[in-house]
Amino acid sequence: MTTESRAAGAFAIEHLNLHYGTHQALHNVSMEIGARAVTAIIGPSGCGKSTLLRCLNRMNDLVPGCRIEGEIRFGGEDIYAPGVDPMEVRYRIGMVFQKPNPFPKSIYENVAFGPRINGHQGALDEIVERSLRRAALWDEVKDRLRESALSLSGGQQQRLCIARALAVEPEVILMDEPCSALDPISTGHVEELMSELKRDYTIVLVTHNMQQAARVADVTAFFLSGHLVEIDQTNVIFATPREQRTEDYITGRFG
Amino acid sequence: MEVSHRSRQRTRERIIAGVLLASGLISILVTAGIVFALASETVGFFRLVSLKQFLTDPKWTPMFDPAHYGILSLLAGTTIIAVGSALVAVPLGLATAIYLSEYAPDRLRRVLKPVLELLAGIPTVVYGYFALTFVTPLLQKLIPSLDVFNALSAFITVGIMITPLISSMSEDAMLAVPRSLREAAYALGATRLEVAVKVVLPAAFSGVVASVILAVSRAVGETMIVALAAGSTPKLSLNPLQSIQTMTGFIAQVSQGDLEAGSAAYKAIYTVGMSLFATTLGLNLFAKWLTRRFQRGGRL
Amino acid sequence: MNRPNSRRSAYRRQMDRWFHAIFLGAVGLAVAALGLLLWQVLKDGLSHLDWQFLTSYASRRWQQAGIMAPLAGSFYVMGLTALFALPLGLAAAIHLEFYAKENWFNRLIQTNIANLAGVPSIVYGLFGLAIFVRYLGFDRSILSASLTMAFLILPVVIVNTQEALRTVPQTIIQGAYAMGATKWQVIRTVVLPAAMGGIMTGAILALSRALGETAPLITVGAWVFLTYLPVSPLDGFTVLPIQIWYWSGMPQAEFQSLAASAIIVLLIVLLTMNSVAIVLRNKYQRKAEW
Repeated sequence: MTTESRAAGAFAIEHLNLHYGTHQALHNVSMEIGARAVTAIIGPSGCGKSTLLRCLNRMNDLVPGCRIEGEIRFGGEDIYAPGVDPMEVRYRIGMVFQKPNPFPKSIYENVAFGPRINGHQGALDEIVERSLRRAALWDEVKDRLRESALSLSGGQQQRLCIARALAVEPEVILMDEPCSALDPISTGHVEELMSELKRDYTIVLVTHNMQQAARVADVTAFFLSGHLVEIDQTNVIFATPREQRTEDYITGRFG
Repeated sequence: MEVSHRSRQRTRERIIAGVLLASGLISILVTAGIVFALASETVGFFRLVSLKQFLTDPKWTPMFDPAHYGILSLLAGTTIIAVGSALVAVPLGLATAIYLSEYAPDRLRRVLKPVLELLAGIPTVVYGYFALTFVTPLLQKLIPSLDVFNALSAFITVGIMITPLISSMSEDAMLAVPRSLREAAYALGATRLEVAVKVVLPAAFSGVVASVILAVSRAVGETMIVALAAGSTPKLSLNPLQSIQTMTGFIAQVSQGDLEAGSAAYKAIYTVGMSLFATTLGLNLFAKWLTRRFQRGGRL
Repeated sequence: MNRPNSRRSAYRRQMDRWFHAIFLGAVGLAVAALGLLLWQVLKDGLSHLDWQFLTSYASRRWQQAGIMAPLAGSFYVMGLTALFALPLGLAAAIHLEFYAKENWFNRLIQTNIANLAGVPSIVYGLFGLAIFVRYLGFDRSILSASLTMAFLILPVVIVNTQEALRTVPQTIIQGAYAMGATKWQVIRTVVLPAAMGGIMTGAILALSRALGETAPLITVGAWVFLTYLPVSPLDGFTVLPIQIWYWSGMPQAEFQSLAASAIIVLLIVLLTMNSVAIVLRNKYQRKAEW
């Protein structure tokens, strides 16, 4: 094990196999995800990239018939070891979804949800403000915190979901195609935000948009049919990939 | 020839459309018929009895001399049954709905759903039999002072009867909450209970409330259980341990005999029927309004 | 490293487990209620249930009492109810799904049907008493009972039929129109055959509701002591639920156990009808998945 993968906020995935019932969705995946950087996972639909992401915070536990072999270590600890509480894993590893999914509550209550369920005592206002500021949304919503989150635009909703994830102070933010439902301007906002956030957080970004990976990711991994084909520095992947299949994909020959 | 075939076809299409429309109109006629039947006797009733007596007299004794016509005591009976059965069915039905939509493994769900449907499909007269021969004797062991006919046994049984109604409608409302909201909460480290109570239930709230109101409306209109188990003595009291009478119970009791058309008692059952109709219609419209609001707010 | 408050997490996990048990307990209670009800009925009623019980008339002596008249009456009333309600319900549903334009009038019809479904059954009884028994002079007869029941289940039949009609895929309907068929031809040759399974299922479920109803028939004037089999639709009537209600209300335990025996018969008939409906539904669903 390298020292890198033992660092707080870093993942080491080893020989990961995942089955949904009889269908195998991930085949013997081994890779490392560095702390305080953006790692992009790209590949055509159905290649297993979202599935992998959902292994990192044990969201796949919620899917009936899902089986996992292998090891995922987070900061050196196996998150699938017996006795590990999936709720604690999810608390430490935040997630932002493909479509903005704010709760049908006020803006304030959305951000306060995580701290509240964890029994946070004291100044929630401060946490709400800090999280909204970090998500670059504070100035737009500071006068309407009690309004329904559903009154926000799609791009604002997605930043609210990021703020909601930040409010529990996770070490990692998993992003599952966070811009696929957004217009180009909102996408720009969210991408800027990723570059900001990577100073303090590990970001794992699943995207089918190669330009986005090229713009924001430090490291990029390419998946095909449940196999990890190649992982390297983003500029290497896009300029001089080692694998023919990677080159075919990024030059648009399939996918 | 081609032309006349086409025109014959058009005529036939028009006739069929007319027949179908007429069938659709029959439902309007039924409503009109119900309202007319109830209203005409009710008008006659209020020629004999003043509205003031109807609304304020504490006694309801249309079959005795002197006759009293105070709806309040029937309303009290109906209220005990409606509120009591809701007290039984709301916790039971909601817990069942939460279990089915958030906790139950798929295989158990597939077994439980038909069992609950079975519970909903049992005729109310069978529940009445059950109340009288099982629930009441059981309660009398616990509360020796309990009357043979009492509201408690009736509303417990009505509560059991309306539980599947609440559970299935609430479950539908909860299943309509997008999966993405549950995932968002799980991703923040929420437990299943927190997801169910803090995210799913609030999001499905108006649907859940609508299911409760519809169930209460069913309890208000329920006849056989109260006719068999609750007794037939209208009382202006909210004590559930004694014999009472509901609006439905009165109609069933009095209309058994060969009631003389035009008699005061005959007019009275229609007036009570009218009150019953208005109560349940009001509850149903309110539930519908809530559901419509839910659909507008809930579909993102 | 940031970790959730560990004492709080343990408490939250504990709460989750407790409430899991409570929710499961509620489900168990509902299932237990069903079990107790069935057990009570079987325990009281099974001993008296024999051929003689099915083929005897009402009697003041409980040993000789049977349910021939109410059993026959139930099927008679149900048959006539089906005859009135099913064609009417089908026609109204076709109107609403295929002919009705989106305007206030058709919305009124739809809303009205939904409201009719929520009217307490005993109010239908008052309606039947006023219109069929008195005004049309059908008296306390099978005909009055069937008409009352028909209007009682009509909204259910319409709504169930509409749902069945909606499951027919638009693609095949469009396909039939594209071949130059008229609206009625499309409905008759494409829609109705495709939706028939669902329509039948809905119809059976609505009729089983009619079979179990008691209150409106009390109001319409069912007899509780009938010693002949009804022949004409204008004959007096009784049905199983009425007999059950009458016997249940008797003070003697013997008659109450006769009620239990009659309940067993009623539940068997209902269960049979529901099984047929489920079989039809499954058959239909499999076909609809092509």
